[in-house]
Amino acid sequence: MTAINPFAPPREDQFFEVPAFGGHADVERPIPFWEKLWNKAWLRKCVIIAALAALWQAYGVFSANSLLFPTFTDTMEAFRDNIANGVLLARAWTSVRVLLMGYALGIGLATVLSVLAITTRIGNDFLETLTSMFNPLPAIALLPLALLWFGLGLGSLIFVLVHSVLWVMALNMHAGFLGVSQTMRMVGRNYGLGRLAYVVKILVPAAFPSILTGMKVGWAFAWRTLIAAELVFGVSSGQGGLGWFIFENKNQLEIPSVFAGLFSVILIGLAMENIVFRKIEEKTVRRWGMQH
Amino acid sequence: MTEKLLDVRGVTLQYRTTEHVVTATHRVSFSIYPGDRFILLGPSGCGKSSLLKAVGGYLAPLEGEITLKGKRIAGPGPDRMMVFQEFDQLLPWKTVTENVVFPLLATSRLGRKEAFEKALHYIDKVGLTRAKDSYPHTLSGGMKQRVAIARGMAMEPEILLMDEPFAALDALTRRTMQDELLRLWDDTKFTVLFVTHSINEAIRVGNRILLLSPHPGQVRAELNSTDDVSRIGALETEIHDLLFA
Repeated sequence: MTAINPFAPPREDQFFEVPAFGGHADVERPIPFWEKLWNKAWLRKCVIIAALAALWQAYGVFSANSLLFPTFTDTMEAFRDNIANGVLLARAWTSVRVLLMGYALGIGLATVLSVLAITTRIGNDFLETLTSMFNPLPAIALLPLALLWFGLGLGSLIFVLVHSVLWVMALNMHAGFLGVSQTMRMVGRNYGLGRLAYVVKILVPAAFPSILTGMKVGWAFAWRTLIAAELVFGVSSGQGGLGWFIFENKNQLEIPSVFAGLFSVILIGLAMENIVFRKIEEKTVRRWGMQH
Repeated sequence: MTEKLLDVRGVTLQYRTTEHVVTATHRVSFSIYPGDRFILLGPSGCGKSSLLKAVGGYLAPLEGEITLKGKRIAGPGPDRMMVFQEFDQLLPWKTVTENVVFPLLATSRLGRKEAFEKALHYIDKVGLTRAKDSYPHTLSGGMKQRVAIARGMAMEPEILLMDEPFAALDALTRRTMQDELLRLWDDTKFTVLFVTHSINEAIRVGNRILLLSPHPGQVRAELNSTDDVSRIGALETEIHDLLFA
């Protein structure tokens, strides 16, 4: 090896004075207003929703059959009326209340199972077996049994809700725990944390992206299960939910109100996803650079 | 004469993969005194990282004994803080300050106020005061390692364990970090056990170097380092010959 390149002419060493650099940012220019607006995700989503509504209206007018397919404006009218007379809000509140109870219980149980699974080997086998058995089982298929065991009412609803949330949540949480890097585990053990402190202070935050996914999917599953269950047996403890609202109006051939009921289900889902979960994401995984 | 701080006596380490039982080190012995910058040096497969993990308490020796201040090491503990090579050793959900404070509070060694004071003191020592409220994902690799070092030092452990802490850094940053570590040592005279595969780094950082031969790791030599510029070249050649001859 030699420091001389035989293919090049001989070259001298060169040195330069480096002047102080001002660092003017004269190439910066503001983004045009419309582009800035279009960069907002919520605006783009609103445009999509508006387009879908327009399509719906066009088809409704074209088919001209308000019994089978009411127009968007008819639906909005029914929605407004039902909000105004308080029926829809009461129904929605009944559903959401039951949902939150089942959801919270499901998440709590999933946490217990996943923590057992990550700390003991038998707990791991237990969770794996149970999730592979019960996760594919539709919650609604358990409803007849639930009715037999808990009767018509809250008990049965909570039972199927827990079933619909528990397995998918446990599966995600456990996968999240398993995905925590070896280094981070060693760091946690280095501090001499106790088992519980180790789980709460290291594993849960480190697995939070997966846990959040589990919560989102669990929420959607629970919502579907609840509406379906309410459609099957309607009133619980003298007060129906949104599913019952839809069922009732279908029986009375108030089809715009049926659509209004479905619309509320969608609306609550959208709000949950775009406001609640979005906020949680911003405060946690995005801020921590675990998701972009 | 001062007392030995860490004593490693005839330690054989094995670990299991799914198919083999691998002997990482065979009857390795060495002693570390307070204030030592003790280097474990060797090519990959010499079990230097396994040795460090054993001292950290993550790996139990099959044979032999490791004692810290005469007490047998039974498991991981905050008296032996680790600094890892990987950048993900910082907890991403905590800011720089929170990362350094966390072990101080988790071991309830200090009150809240004192813990924050100590954390900020060491963050200042590694020159990160400006970034103290940043989250780790916004820092460069070198800054992340500085945080990890500050975290380790703030706990004022009996011994700081460093597992190739600068190996994932670019060459220039690496050089700067080595100098900073030495400056910190001049300040506080902490004891450190440092694993590296770079002969150059071993001589620069360490005062005592343990050479390990590979497959399985066995002690080849234990040498004094030097800061005499005229001797560094010769020592480098000597170590090279011992390892690869």
